[in-house]
Amino acid sequence: MLSRKLSVLLAAGLLLGVASAPARAELACGAAFPSLAEAQLEGTLPDTKGQVVLVDFWASWCAPCKASFPALGQLHADYGARGVTILGVSEDDKAKDYAAFLKKYAPPFATVRDAAHKLAGAVKVPAMPTSVVVGRDGRVRAIFSGYHGEETEKSIRAALDQALAESPAS
Amino acid sequence: MKNSLPFRIVLAAGAVATAMLATGCTTAHVQPWERATLADYTMRPDRDPLQNAMTEHIYFSREASSGGRGVGGSGCGCN
Repeated sequence: MLSRKLSVLLAAGLLLGVASAPARAELACGAAFPSLAEAQLEGTLPDTKGQVVLVDFWASWCAPCKASFPALGQLHADYGARGVTILGVSEDDKAKDYAAFLKKYAPPFATVRDAAHKLAGAVKVPAMPTSVVVGRDGRVRAIFSGYHGEETEKSIRAALDQALAESPAS
Repeated sequence: MKNSLPFRIVLAAGAVATAMLATGCTTAHVQPWERATLADYTMRPDRDPLQNAMTEHIYFSREASSGGRGVGGSGCGCN
């Protein structure tokens, strides 16, 4: 009798603990991308009206993020004039780390700092880096988790081409 | 046999404590953007070359496999 009561109590406790774990529902394709203007980002936001936007979440302490920067620079050169804006969103806690990284790598595209991690929290960034392709309608077209060299770059190019073709600039 | 009230309270407290311990880690999820400290150089287990050399020395002595880590070949001593 006693052991039965104990078992029930333990099971209830375990269930309660598991149920109270935070749910991790990431942003899905087709969902509206959170407002950049309301995310309290540090830095100047580029004009993204009528643009396909590639939002890249990175940090100075993240090695694959560093590796992805030359590719993002090339994407900026190839797609900038075609209606694609690349926005690097830094998740650095320290402003000086962010500034030092920008000084060293001098990315040709716009970057801002998500100091409060508000945007990363809203997007529920699954890994660092994560690149999100947002269509002209503000909806997510594709999400790329991590950077795997040419394979990722090729996939991003395909997603950008598709997003540009879906909704031509008016 | 009926258990006394204090015994029941202790039992219930023990059960709750066990449940809390068993599920405590489920709520401590470090988000990908919060891993700056984990990615720091000082978190690397191989950050100290002297410590590494000592560890390798002990490992090779114990396993009798000098050059068995990070060197080409199968450890047969034939190459």
